[in-house]
Amino acid sequence: MAEPDRTDNRGRQLPTGVLVAVLILVLAPIVALLWVGSYAKEDPRLWGFPFFYWYQLLWVFIASGCTWVAYLLVHNARRGGDDK
Amino acid sequence: MTGVNWVALTIVLILFVFVTGVGFAAARWRRASSMASLDEWGLGGRGFGTFVTWFLLGGDLYTAYTFVAVPAAMYATGAVSGFFAVPYTIVVYPIIFIFMPRLWSVSHRHGYVTPADFVQGRFGSRGLGLAVAVTGILATMPYIALQLVGIQAVLEVMGIGGSDNVVARDLPLFVAFAVLAAYTYSSGLRAPALIAFVKDFLIYLVIIVAVIYIAVKIGFGTAFDAAEKKMATKTPAGTATGTFIPSSAQYLSYATLALGSAMALFMYPHSITAVLSSKNRNVIRRNAAILPAYSLVLGLLALIGFAAIAAGTKPIGLDGKPNAQLVVPQFFEDAFPSWFAGIAFAAVAIGALVPAAIMSIAAANLFTRNIYRAYFERDANPAREAQVSKIVSLVVKLGALIFVLTLDRQNAINFQLLGGIWILQTFPAIVVGLYTRWLHRWAVLAGWAVGMIYGTVAAYQQSSAATKHFGASLDEVPFIGDKGYIAMTAFVLNLIVAVVLTFVLRAMKTPDGADETEPSDYHADAGDPRVQPLAELTEETPRAAT
Repeated sequence: MAEPDRTDNRGRQLPTGVLVAVLILVLAPIVALLWVGSYAKEDPRLWGFPFFYWYQLLWVFIASGCTWVAYLLVHNARRGGDDK
Repeated sequence: MTGVNWVALTIVLILFVFVTGVGFAAARWRRASSMASLDEWGLGGRGFGTFVTWFLLGGDLYTAYTFVAVPAAMYATGAVSGFFAVPYTIVVYPIIFIFMPRLWSVSHRHGYVTPADFVQGRFGSRGLGLAVAVTGILATMPYIALQLVGIQAVLEVMGIGGSDNVVARDLPLFVAFAVLAAYTYSSGLRAPALIAFVKDFLIYLVIIVAVIYIAVKIGFGTAFDAAEKKMATKTPAGTATGTFIPSSAQYLSYATLALGSAMALFMYPHSITAVLSSKNRNVIRRNAAILPAYSLVLGLLALIGFAAIAAGTKPIGLDGKPNAQLVVPQFFEDAFPSWFAGIAFAAVAIGALVPAAIMSIAAANLFTRNIYRAYFERDANPAREAQVSKIVSLVVKLGALIFVLTLDRQNAINFQLLGGIWILQTFPAIVVGLYTRWLHRWAVLAGWAVGMIYGTVAAYQQSSAATKHFGASLDEVPFIGDKGYIAMTAFVLNLIVAVVLTFVLRAMKTPDGADETEPSDYHADAGDPRVQPLAELTEETPRAAT
């Protein structure tokens, strides 16, 4: 798939290990939040927030972190991105 | 409510005039040699970096839906109808992280401006391109209509528009929209991109103040307790008012609303427009990681719906009837001095104008590329395309007005869900198409048709207190029994039809369209020899080879 005139790894298939790690990082928030039964309860409360509410807001941060790590993995595997 | 809130109105007017000036001045920002092409007018020169894209996408995705419709739904019926927006806006980013860079790459290699351009090139089918384009335009209209409802809510709480005269009642709304139309016409995508900075600054300011106010003056615990009590209260019909925490019978609704909305969001032409205007793939990936900052804001705004219950906010319209859509502006008017309420109102109104502008630009691009050029003037030059788009962007806004006038404004969140039912039916053509050409073009078209018909009929049959049809977006899922988001049921049907028919058509050796893309197109990044450099783009629009 790579272009013959390429000198860097951009555009090539990612190494399998990186691909698996990225998939896990990306799928984790989706699975966690669609599994509504795992968090549809009131206790324990946190600062007055029922569990149902604070748990989902907490996932904003976790998901953001997961996606950022996934970005770094892809970026490093395809070194040579000209993006500043 | 008595009379017009002059202080708030003055602040809103000042900010509105300021934003209008910014909108017209935007034509000079990152100035191109000519605005007479879709790449310039419709994609802002395709050169936006991480920072601008963050504001643009944020301005684009977090709309009156976030600021008015979600808190209103929370206020009225609680978690299932409102708070699903939080998992929705979290789940959406992993999804775009995966497939959006591919769409960016193939679009930049082939000069695609719209999702339908890609589908047409990938499947070698103008008919499928047309289906995607028509769906995009149709689905965008109720979404723009939702923005109008948001602006209207602010105007109404300020005491404007209460006249019995139909023209006088909606006049301020028309004026706001005419101004929006004018600067969109002259500055294209640059206008909402620049105004998005102002919008986000105002929104963050307002939300921070509101959260501190709720924490100190009301207390989150009190707000949640009040909400729990209200949701458990029986209505005259004998059912609970709403949902505080979903019961097991509602898990499916909650999950499908979140997932369906998330999958639908980046099928909308306006989201794709904002993504394609970024300068490289990494801008998209980085944004997938930092955009959830807005999801937190959305979650906190949603809770204003609960705080309003605790504060005893009475969202009564100028006609004397309760209207949940007014709850956020009414909360600010009750809780804060007029001048700060004015800032909050301006934030909501500008927050509705930015996405409305982007949506109308994107829908117009769709019309020009995939209907006008594909069927009426196949050799239209870039200047002609930009001209047609500018005019259509006005027509789309008028279409949105029809939705405002015909749907149940009390339940504005349903506007967005209705659009989602339609737009999600383009998912197989776009996203599956990004990975494989296995699906047959006619099978994709048939799946789309089945999904569209099922979704429309199912939504049509839903009644609400105020309307007989299109009153809700949840329906019983066949074979499961629990209620789920109609968009997802229609999508599954769509996919089944597409797969089954592909087997049939392949077995019959029915001719499939030519694919003009090649595997390496899906990984190309800026700097790639075949990705068009910006200088070339500004001189001449590259064409999708049709």
